[in-house]
Amino acid sequence: MSRARDFADLAGAADAGTVSGANLIINGDMAVAQRGDVTISASSSGYGGADRWITYITAGTATMDVSQDTDVPSGQGFSNSQKMACSTTGTFSSSSYSLIGQLIEGQNLQHLKFGTSSAESLTLSFWVKSNKTGTFNVEIRSTDSTLPTATTYQNVTQVTISAADTWEYKTFTIAGNTSGDIRNNSFAGLEIYMWLKTGSDFTSSGDVTGNGWVTYLAGNTGYGADIDITTSTSDYFAITGVKLEVGSTATPFLHESYGENLAKCQRYYWQNANNSGYYAYQYVSTHKFLPVFFPVPMRATPTADVSYSTGSFTEYATSEYGFKSYITSSYTDTTGYSTTYVKFEAEL
Amino acid sequence: MNITIKMNITSAQYYNDIDGNQSGVKATIDGTEMFVPLDPANRHYAEILRQVDAGELTIQDAE
Repeated sequence: MSRARDFADLAGAADAGTVSGANLIINGDMAVAQRGDVTISASSSGYGGADRWITYITAGTATMDVSQDTDVPSGQGFSNSQKMACSTTGTFSSSSYSLIGQLIEGQNLQHLKFGTSSAESLTLSFWVKSNKTGTFNVEIRSTDSTLPTATTYQNVTQVTISAADTWEYKTFTIAGNTSGDIRNNSFAGLEIYMWLKTGSDFTSSGDVTGNGWVTYLAGNTGYGADIDITTSTSDYFAITGVKLEVGSTATPFLHESYGENLAKCQRYYWQNANNSGYYAYQYVSTHKFLPVFFPVPMRATPTADVSYSTGSFTEYATSEYGFKSYITSSYTDTTGYSTTYVKFEAEL
Repeated sequence: MNITIKMNITSAQYYNDIDGNQSGVKATIDGTEMFVPLDPANRHYAEILRQVDAGELTIQDAE
């Protein structure tokens, strides 16, 4: 086949929407879940279930089971979703909120050309399912590189769930932000939050949904969002197939191999829960060292949660490339020192 | 008001490495003891600093 034919086919495929644009979201198909399922509450929000997705619930005593679920939209090629399921009901105060989101490094977003007249449009697409119908707000937040105090912008779009217990496909496009750039470093450049019900602190500024990019105010985020998944232990909210891409067309979800997806996630978190995973070796006559090399360089120097078979170890010179710890121990000490698990986190 | 990670940090103490240099903070976060690096890009360290600034947490000196 000629190259001219190849290009013609490619152009035709693009017109038909079958060429997939790159996804700025990591683990949008929720296939990787290294930590396993977690329960979150007002005092323990964070990461769990599918990697890279952060969840919050601060509605009184409400707790949510956050899990990588197998409920998926039929015929779309997905195997997993991220599910928030109410395990303890709660009540909303003025400062309460409930959301799920993902943060993206600024250095991965410079091609968006934010802060210039050529700022690229962005299209978000995803599947959503809940036992509740109503609206929630998708906030895309961007922080610029202004020093010493950066300016944060936000763009809020309202999304409606029309049918209960039914997977629905949602997509919308927003213009690029011509006012503020995106800081070019490993800190958060874009933050994508799906705001479910909030308290009045997050609705106090009025309705900015659909107004384009505005300077960030917390009171802008939750106006009109009324999906409350804290009223019954049957309540839930689930998403999958999340894709954020450059341009004004939602293209098909690009399914990656598990290995590719896992490697991207391991930049932010990885663990080895195997017993006796790593051993300490004699380094000098008085100390043994225990090195752990990360599978990929992490975003930042990670927090280390390491459990040992025995002994009192001290961390030493951990970087984004690896972890080390040592213990006072002589050559004649024949104890076998090892880890029982290692967990490293460098999330945004 | 911004959304903040609600970390339950019950203890924090600087620790020195084998060379005597201040290396990080040994902190108990959500009931688990962790080694937190002195890296402002690390969200746990950022939260420790936020809680110190807010008067909610004191980092003990190294032993």
